[in-house]
Amino acid sequence: MSTMLLSQFSIPFLMGNSLNTWSEALAGFYLYGLPLGLVIVAAIPLVFIALYSLTYGVYGERKISAFMQDRLGPMEVGKWGILQTIADILKLLQKEDIVPASADKFLFVVGPGILFVGSFLAFAVLPFSSAFIGANLNVGLFFAIGIVAIEVVGILAAGWGSNNKWSLYGAVRSVAQIVSYEIPAAIALLCGAMMAGTLDMQKITMLQSGTYGFAHFFLFQSPIAWLPFLIYFIASLAEVNRAPFDIPEAESELVAGYFTEYSGMKFAVIFLAEYGSMFMVSAIISIVFLGGWNSPLPNIGSVALNEWTNGPVWGAFWIITKGFFFIFVQMWLRWTLPRLRVDQLMYLCWKVLTPFAFISFVLTAVWEIYRP
Amino acid sequence: MQELDTAGLGSVRVTRQSDTVVILEKDLATEQMVLAMGPQHPSTHGVLKLECLTDGEVITQAEPYLGYLHRCFEKCCENVDYPAVVPYTDRLDYLAGMNSEFSYAITVEKLLDIEIPRRVEFIRVIVAELNRIASHLVAIGTYGIDLGAFTPFLFCFRDREIILGLLEWASGARMLYNYIWVGGLAYDVPTDFLKRVKEFVTYFRPKARELSELLTENEIFVKRTLGIGIMPADVAINYGWSGPMLRGSGVKWDLRRNDPYSIYPELDFKVPVPDGKLSVIGDCLSRHLVRAWEMDESLKIIEQCIDKMPSAEGFNPRSAIPKRIRPKAGEVYGRAENPRGELGFYIESDGKSTKPLRCKARSSCFVNLSAMKDLSKGQLIPDLVAIIGSIDIVLGEVDR
Amino acid sequence: MEEGKNISQSLQESAAAYSIIHEKFGSAISDFDANETMPFFEVVDTSLWTEIALFMREHPKLQFNYMACLTGVDYPAEEKLGIICNFESLALLNHKLAVKVKCARNGGSIPSVACVWHTANWHEREAYDMFGMLFTGHPELKRILCPDDWEGYPLRKDYKVQDQYHGIKVPY
Repeated sequence: MSTMLLSQFSIPFLMGNSLNTWSEALAGFYLYGLPLGLVIVAAIPLVFIALYSLTYGVYGERKISAFMQDRLGPMEVGKWGILQTIADILKLLQKEDIVPASADKFLFVVGPGILFVGSFLAFAVLPFSSAFIGANLNVGLFFAIGIVAIEVVGILAAGWGSNNKWSLYGAVRSVAQIVSYEIPAAIALLCGAMMAGTLDMQKITMLQSGTYGFAHFFLFQSPIAWLPFLIYFIASLAEVNRAPFDIPEAESELVAGYFTEYSGMKFAVIFLAEYGSMFMVSAIISIVFLGGWNSPLPNIGSVALNEWTNGPVWGAFWIITKGFFFIFVQMWLRWTLPRLRVDQLMYLCWKVLTPFAFISFVLTAVWEIYRP
Repeated sequence: MQELDTAGLGSVRVTRQSDTVVILEKDLATEQMVLAMGPQHPSTHGVLKLECLTDGEVITQAEPYLGYLHRCFEKCCENVDYPAVVPYTDRLDYLAGMNSEFSYAITVEKLLDIEIPRRVEFIRVIVAELNRIASHLVAIGTYGIDLGAFTPFLFCFRDREIILGLLEWASGARMLYNYIWVGGLAYDVPTDFLKRVKEFVTYFRPKARELSELLTENEIFVKRTLGIGIMPADVAINYGWSGPMLRGSGVKWDLRRNDPYSIYPELDFKVPVPDGKLSVIGDCLSRHLVRAWEMDESLKIIEQCIDKMPSAEGFNPRSAIPKRIRPKAGEVYGRAENPRGELGFYIESDGKSTKPLRCKARSSCFVNLSAMKDLSKGQLIPDLVAIIGSIDIVLGEVDR
Repeated sequence: MEEGKNISQSLQESAAAYSIIHEKFGSAISDFDANETMPFFEVVDTSLWTEIALFMREHPKLQFNYMACLTGVDYPAEEKLGIICNFESLALLNHKLAVKVKCARNGGSIPSVACVWHTANWHEREAYDMFGMLFTGHPELKRILCPDDWEGYPLRKDYKVQDQYHGIKVPY
């Protein structure tokens, strides 16, 4: 991954560790009048995401699920099956692109595109390290929460455009689910924003740095922070249609839900969008509650672990690790728990998560005001 | 333009649009949608078509359409000798082949005047109970998948592999055995077979417990199955339900106890019936619990059989089989407790021929499934999936 | 022999059940065929079959609440079709009995007992599908295993397979 390979010392246009100088400098890099710098700025998160989603996300899911189910998973392609996903993508690229005769062609084609866009657009505001953030918006968190809503349009387009009752069922359920769960998710994230006092993602992360490592993380800064953390985690599972909230894709009931009719590259796009979203929500929860690119290791006396493990490149390492950890937990849950029924899911959202989200909001506000 | 009338559902208009396209329009209330679940569908457990009329997510009617796996079992039986029917019975309920053969064998033996050697009886019971465990593992595993829990399925199949390996060792085949013959067995069990079975029993007991923790005691699983598809006991009896379905509704009825055959009277095992503490009596969870508890009882039975088994000295499994199976003239209805219910055979023999005059398989799944239409009224689609899973159908038996 | 006594016990119970039915219906039913494997009687007056069925289910000394099986049979020698029903009083009185009802081969019909035992619903549909006898009063008498537009009744002894089904050659 490109961010990891950049060393802190030698690259000419890296001008120190100060906030965003690096990415601003890159943005101002023009080669023969062509905005090469901007292209690279855009490419880095996308390349990272593509690499991640392709190789580690899908491969990880297959291997983790295999080990949980007492089997081996992909083993043939490459050592331990590492190249399996590459092989799958090559296969999907060559597949015939089938559009059902009675499908609404425009919606059918545009659905996956919108889904993909909605999924990856939020990466622009994720701070991958102290020196790199795609777009340093001062309402970054707000943007991240809101952009998920675009996915809804994509899903509905895909489900309706397939001209298949099962797809329609899946799409309708998915829309209901995503729209409902945005509320507890947003309120839980607002608790984190309250603790930071800002919506700027980079500032939220910086407020969680310090020599005591993990003790500065917002999760441990407030006695009530575990509640919005938990609520956001559960709500984010519903946002990305992961089990136990994977009713829209409920294989056993709806064949494959809203992407039943998709094959080939369009299917790959939807698939990648899902893994991209998984990483996105994992990154958001690590940024808001677990310190983002800050190292969790504290300085113990003279063993200055925190200083040794902090830096622009270390930052990228930490946020990626934390993101991976939450992805692992998401996969773990998927392969362990059965699926909730639609009305039980709605009940969980409106009658359990939302009231608790409000309670945690109030309690966090009280803590912030009266904190010693 | 043709107009057909389908039993109270309004009329159907058939128009031919072109050489290859025919349009069928059903008059429905505008909110209702016709949803065809199957015949190819991941959770109908085979080729079953359920035509559902849905009002949003609520099903107003779900009618099963059968016949996709009809292989004319009964007609075939009339054309082959009695021993040659055994492989056909295997293929009825292919997940419980030994039990199906067992039922057929004891039915025909009612019309013959032979005495089955004791060791044969014990071996029959052991393989039948092993197959019962294997069948329940499939039922539980696939039920988990229907509800979205993917992992218990693989744990169930891992344990089932061991059982299939044992049965392959004994009979030569993993699934369609042709082992329990009319009047005896095809082969004796290999040496060390009983030792391995005993090892399996010790291995499997904690695994069954683990499965229970993973699935049965899981909060989400319980929420998906508690109170769904409740069938009161007297209605269940009227529908002809049997086996775990009937026991799930609270009726303590097990053919191994109430209409005993083979050596079951000598064996000590309980007939598990849910008491309403963990589940509502008659709902999907009760039926599932009955299957889970039955696996433990089967383990007990197997252990007792291994202990009481007479030795293999001078034993020939085919010694009691007559050279030509020519039952006396008469009719008989014999039945056995299959993992899915009562598999009965009605056999009519004219006393002169070596072929059955009429051989009807009374299939447990066929009867259990007939309640589907009434059981599914007013349920949601995911609940429909939960109900079908709890009925545990095998289309081979439904369609024969 | 203990086994002999057991069988006789159940035969005695069936005979006792038969005598109660015989008391009510007299000549509408035949004599009791007291064989060991499947004791049965035949309904001579088929128009009373539904009534007999209801009586068997409701009478406090009979209580045949469980229909184990309903088999269709072809009797080519007598030019008749018939059904054989196996009943049991499940978990109540525990006795068993079988009943035979016959009808003419061509166009014959038997009253349906689907209103008495739900089990009979699909079993009668299957008997109709395979043999062709009609069941009067059945709520939905249509083919169940064969496709709706299949020709002929497969389990009859003189059944010949049709040549073509929607353009597919049928005989194997």
